[in-house]
Amino acid sequence: MKTLFDKIWDAHVVTTVNDGPTQLYIDRHLCHEVTSPQAFSGLRARGLEVFRPERTTLTADHNIPTMGQDSPIRDAISRFQVDTLAKNARDFGLTYYGLNNPKNGIVHVIGPENGYTQPGMTIVCGDSHTSTHGAFGAIAFGIGTSEVEMVLASQCILQTRPKTMRINFEGKLGKNVSSKDMALYMISKLTTGGATGYFVEYAGEAVRGLTMEQRMTLCNLSIEMGARGGLIAPDETTFNYIKGREFAPKGDRWDEALAYWQTLKSDEGAVFDKEITFDATRIRPMITYGTNPGMGMPIDGTIPTLDDIDQAGKISFERSLNYMGLTPGQKLEGKSIDYVFLGSCTNGRIEDFRVFTEYVKGKKKADNVTAWLVPGSWRVRKQIEDEGLDKILEEAGFQLRQPGCSACLAMNEDKIPAGKYAVSTSNRNFEGRQGPGARTILAGPLVAAAAAVNGKITEP
Amino acid sequence: MEKFKTIQSTFVPLPIENVDTDQIIPARFLKATTREGFGDNLFADWRYDKEGNPKKDFVLNDPTYKGEVLVAGKNFGSGSSREHAAWAIGGYGFKAVVSSFFADIFRNNALNNGILPVVVSEEFLSGLFASVKNNPDSKVTVNLEKQTITNNETGESETFEINAYKKECLLQGLDDIDFLLSNKDKIEAFEKQRVYSY
Ligand code: SF4
Repeated sequence: MKTLFDKIWDAHVVTTVNDGPTQLYIDRHLCHEVTSPQAFSGLRARGLEVFRPERTTLTADHNIPTMGQDSPIRDAISRFQVDTLAKNARDFGLTYYGLNNPKNGIVHVIGPENGYTQPGMTIVCGDSHTSTHGAFGAIAFGIGTSEVEMVLASQCILQTRPKTMRINFEGKLGKNVSSKDMALYMISKLTTGGATGYFVEYAGEAVRGLTMEQRMTLCNLSIEMGARGGLIAPDETTFNYIKGREFAPKGDRWDEALAYWQTLKSDEGAVFDKEITFDATRIRPMITYGTNPGMGMPIDGTIPTLDDIDQAGKISFERSLNYMGLTPGQKLEGKSIDYVFLGSCTNGRIEDFRVFTEYVKGKKKADNVTAWLVPGSWRVRKQIEDEGLDKILEEAGFQLRQPGCSACLAMNEDKIPAGKYAVSTSNRNFEGRQGPGARTILAGPLVAAAAAVNGKITEP
Repeated sequence: MEKFKTIQSTFVPLPIENVDTDQIIPARFLKATTREGFGDNLFADWRYDKEGNPKKDFVLNDPTYKGEVLVAGKNFGSGSSREHAAWAIGGYGFKAVVSSFFADIFRNNALNNGILPVVVSEEFLSGLFASVKNNPDSKVTVNLEKQTITNNETGESETFEINAYKKECLLQGLDDIDFLLSNKDKIEAFEKQRVYSY
């Protein structure tokens, strides 16, 4: 009796170090400009080549502008970092999707859309939201730069086997509730450290009912409750999404793959180290009020009061609200905001743009709001244009930018100014995450759309 | 990597919970292509004001507190997987970080850079904060060989967990790549006999 996680893990064990970690084989390695340069320097210093170059794919996404990508990057240090990635690709013979390449985009968006991401794989990337790919029934997790070097050098990594957790969402989601809300709800219940040491499998009726895009959003946020990753057993929804994509198996290979993938589910009676069940029907559109993703509440909720917080957490709680310019017991509904950011590997996919556009259609962007709409990839942007969504957005006063991580981590020029409130569809509301002093309120695309049109936090 | 030796040192207290890697090293400092120089920007937004002047009330700017050990509140190192956080902590001169709970990726990254994350009980942690409050020259001893940590001020001691392989790596100053490269034949054998090959 095995869990899905066990099945995939066991199929990738090369060897186990006595009394130590497992040497795990990695099927797919994704790489970007920020966490890789030191790994490539490490290879050079040791005189090594990339062991399996066909298993690594490079894209530039974290540190690039989202306007004017056809001219050289203005910031010299950023430009050098991106050029270094291109050079490393050339020197080591790796596939690289640079700026303006139709396959360029955020690493966790282009993996799935090009068919790199497949069920049963082990997938790593030097970015914690690699957990996104777990939506396809893969073991996918973020790694550090030393580990990037290990994968480049040996296609393997040393990992301690995590514990397993299953989170069930029973019942159907209500109207206007997305998987972003499921995730923010879950993290608010479990806290940001609640799943540390675990790999999570999501199950239950509400999860099965999600599209691939929505599943990716849910798995993406696994890391925000401390989990190594999250995954969902592949099913027809998964197979339909993958079929026909560029790097997906074709012909006989497809049939063979499908036969294997269909075995990828937790056996009836498999035991998890921990099991949690949520009632999906109770979940409402969510927002955050603090400086970690666990500080979330329903959109019409009130911020906890000091009495609700345990002694050890009081300093951090007060510090956090102080940073946000909010007070205990306050309601956020009706609060005026300054920025809206639609994008990131959490909510920068075509469906997110459809949801946003659908809401703003025929309405106007509020004058007090600056909105940054950043597609997750060039393919997403093209799809937006093909579906005519860009026209609708333009009529409503919105402008589409070029793909990249953008204000999700604000390494480029897309920084929310100090003290300003931003409703963001990204994944982190940490202090300074979206720019020094920026105040982030995390939400799904629909809540973001309502905020953009009404200029304040409103129930969509 | 340097070999990890027993540390006996004063320590720097940071009694804040959920310190994420964006605080340890903000994203705008991640543009570098080498591992050096991150120590200067450790906790940059807490440490410096907008003009880049040290903020008086932040612990790293307070000469009262110093040492090779950072003692931090629960759930240290959550968030982004950036190894730059470990480089910043190491670059600043810390050799060990003590907390009651660490995020997984941070723990790995620290170990891969010869920095020891020491998990202690909540009581032991509050004991350390209390000691340093009374006497900023309080010391802590971290003995990796024996897997013990001692609050020299109170004499209180605890054992901590670390897997045997990682412990050996730290003590010997070896890294994982050496190990993996010595296993090439096993990797090739695996590729040939696996259940389903991508
Ligand atoms: S969008 Fe944000 S979370 Fe996603 S890969 Fe980019 S920086 Fe990381």
